[in-house]
Amino acid sequence: LSEAATPPPPVEGDPEAYAPSVAKRMAFYQRAGGIVTPFLTAVFAFLMGGIVVGATGHNPLRVYKAIFEGAGLNWFLHFGNYHIDLPFTNHHIWFWWDTSTNHTAAYNLTQTLLTTTPLILTGLAVAFAFRCGLFNIGGQGQYLVGAIVGVFVGSRFVDMAHIPHVALAIVLAALAGALWGAIAGFLKATVGAHEVITTIMLNWVAYWGGSYLFGRDGPLQNHTDKSIPISDDIADGAKLSAIWGNAQLQALHSGIFFGLAALFVFYIILNRTTLGYEVRAVGFNPEAARYGGISVGRNFIVAMAISGLFAGLAGGLDILGWQFRLGVLDVQVSNIGFIGIAVALLGRNTAVGVGFAALLFGGLLTGTSTRSLDPEIFPPQLAGNLALMIQALVLLFVGADLLILYIWQARRKMRLPGAAKAAEKAA
Amino acid sequence: MSNLGYARVREHYLTEATIGRVGVAIGLAAFVVALPPFRANAVWVPVFVGLLAIAVGIWVLSRGMRRPGWTAIGFGIVGIGLGVLATRASTGNLDQVVVWSALLSATLVWATPLTFAAIGGMFSERSGVVNIGLEGMMLAGAFFAALGADKFGHWWMGLVSAGLAGAAFAAVHAFMAIQLRADQIVSGTAINFLALGVTGYFFIDIYGENGTPGDMPRIPDVDIGFLGSVFGHLNLMIWVSFLLLIIAHVTLFRTPIGLRIRSVGEHPRAADTVGISVYATRYAAVILSGALAALGGAYLSIGYLGSFSENMTAGRGFIALAAVIFGNWRPFGAFGAALLFGGSTALSFRLAQPWGNASVLFQALPYVLTLIAVTGVIGRAIPPAAVGRPYVKQ
Repeated sequence: LSEAATPPPPVEGDPEAYAPSVAKRMAFYQRAGGIVTPFLTAVFAFLMGGIVVGATGHNPLRVYKAIFEGAGLNWFLHFGNYHIDLPFTNHHIWFWWDTSTNHTAAYNLTQTLLTTTPLILTGLAVAFAFRCGLFNIGGQGQYLVGAIVGVFVGSRFVDMAHIPHVALAIVLAALAGALWGAIAGFLKATVGAHEVITTIMLNWVAYWGGSYLFGRDGPLQNHTDKSIPISDDIADGAKLSAIWGNAQLQALHSGIFFGLAALFVFYIILNRTTLGYEVRAVGFNPEAARYGGISVGRNFIVAMAISGLFAGLAGGLDILGWQFRLGVLDVQVSNIGFIGIAVALLGRNTAVGVGFAALLFGGLLTGTSTRSLDPEIFPPQLAGNLALMIQALVLLFVGADLLILYIWQARRKMRLPGAAKAAEKAA
Repeated sequence: MSNLGYARVREHYLTEATIGRVGVAIGLAAFVVALPPFRANAVWVPVFVGLLAIAVGIWVLSRGMRRPGWTAIGFGIVGIGLGVLATRASTGNLDQVVVWSALLSATLVWATPLTFAAIGGMFSERSGVVNIGLEGMMLAGAFFAALGADKFGHWWMGLVSAGLAGAAFAAVHAFMAIQLRADQIVSGTAINFLALGVTGYFFIDIYGENGTPGDMPRIPDVDIGFLGSVFGHLNLMIWVSFLLLIIAHVTLFRTPIGLRIRSVGEHPRAADTVGISVYATRYAAVILSGALAALGGAYLSIGYLGSFSENMTAGRGFIALAAVIFGNWRPFGAFGAALLFGGSTALSFRLAQPWGNASVLFQALPYVLTLIAVTGVIGRAIPPAAVGRPYVKQ
């Protein structure tokens, strides 16, 4: 039977024949200035989103202005003579901006930062695996598992003190995410199952698992109203403290420090430790790394576990910081983990890049949300889909780096003859 | 194949693999004997039949065939488990859940969109391009089918618009993956988001809060009375999916076109050397996959439900992707997987009555099975050799 023939081994010894290597592409990003391509990518994506908005009879400039204001970014534009309180004291000091969240701009900004926190972490979850040459599409599943464990630990052990309870919930949520990620790494390392396939499958297992756990008569459904498919509320002692805004109105919580710390940790692990060196070596060229004595399989598992750790942490922080409970609907509509892919790719899988990309997408999500966007200017339901389109376009343009490479080279070629002619004339 | 001798036929058709399949069938029977209309009440009946399946599996294993052996053993164990559960269940519940005709037609309903998308995905992957964007292409098909059917007033115009929309999204993916040699996973993910955003945006913009109109033209059912209650009233698209299955199988394995597609996916350099255009073949395969996935989506919106809602495919494109892998990149394999996965969805809905919420766990079955399939415990799923790798002409 002809179709049953074993496939021939892939052509070896000619890697460039298939695609430009990772190293070559990385070199290109550096050459283009590091920041230029991501910036252009985002600009093009917003531009094309604006065309769609314009084509459907809205004014793109007004819409983007409304989204900008919905994200609270205009807060930075209002300088003045204000104060902020010094933590742990009764003193306050002079400050450039008004931090009172009674104003819409400041409130919207707290919401943007609130969304930025998990996006940083799910972005890092994708970025870390990427640096090891793995595509972790499973950020969503790892995030959900983290959230599920977070809500479980947070709603049990009611008698625990504040700090240990929060610490326990966060640690277990992160570990659960790490475990979920490590499954894919383990399967890749042992049987060679492609991580894209396994992480997609694990995403949906987490999705339906969550739908079961919090659904009607599910094991983790709340004890008060059995008609609502939602978990118990977490204990007050397990809630992260609010650092900016009114805790009753979804204030910015201290989880953002974990997000910022994770950026730092990501950078340190990758660039200043042996582990990070090995991970990057495997990412550049697994065969060379193996030849150099690095255990490629072990690095796959570790990289996926660390990736999952970031995403699980994101899930735990969202629960402990502002959601406080998890319902079937939350499980099913959440897509923070998927947006992490766009965050990581736009941020070129670096710590600084992921931080800024997370802020951009956090602003975009908040700015287009029903709560923040002015419905007089643009219906929020449309805006939510606009945000999805912009995300998709960012991903497409990130993938189209070769196009930019072509244009870049074509431009240089065009300039070179021109320069030669100019030199002739001068002579 | 035609001039094979009797010995070759025997070798091909009475293999351990075939006997393993018989073992699988016996394993299934262990469950079936406990269901209506047989309704074996004694626990020993399913246990006995299941043990028989396990014995067959062990025999096949002992002959060195891992995959069919383990599959038969697995089915035997699952058959015993489910069979024993069924003998313990109250007859009332059983009669309610296990209405074979209803279960079968529901299975066909849920399997059909998967079949379209899975066969599409199979063509794309066989040509060497990973298509994670099936979900998005399906969703695009669902929306543009509704839009086309509503605006032009004919269900077939809906199908045409769906096919074109799916092909357009697939063309973007193809351009990215083939021409620009972009990461195919990134590009496919982008397609999923793009389709979600575009369909959601235009759905809200055109239909707003009211949703698609209720009197939208729908793909008709085919009434063939003498075929009985299940096959007598199937939707046209279900019959088309059967036809598609056969065409896909013949095309892929019995025609020069299929040989080209497979060679481009296994060894593009060799294919290029003998004068096959790798790019053109891949473009065609990917665009075809988009159109087929979109037809699957069209069946959901204007065939089965008669309406469109945001993100209505809800992961079915990924189940189709799983079916491609579970079916080992073969049309009949993919169709079998689609039936299995469609059946688990159908069962999940039917079990909602007696089991309540726990029945949603059946929705996770396709993903768990695929995870097991790719780990190679029960035989390894082997993808085309060059899948996911861009090709550069020399």
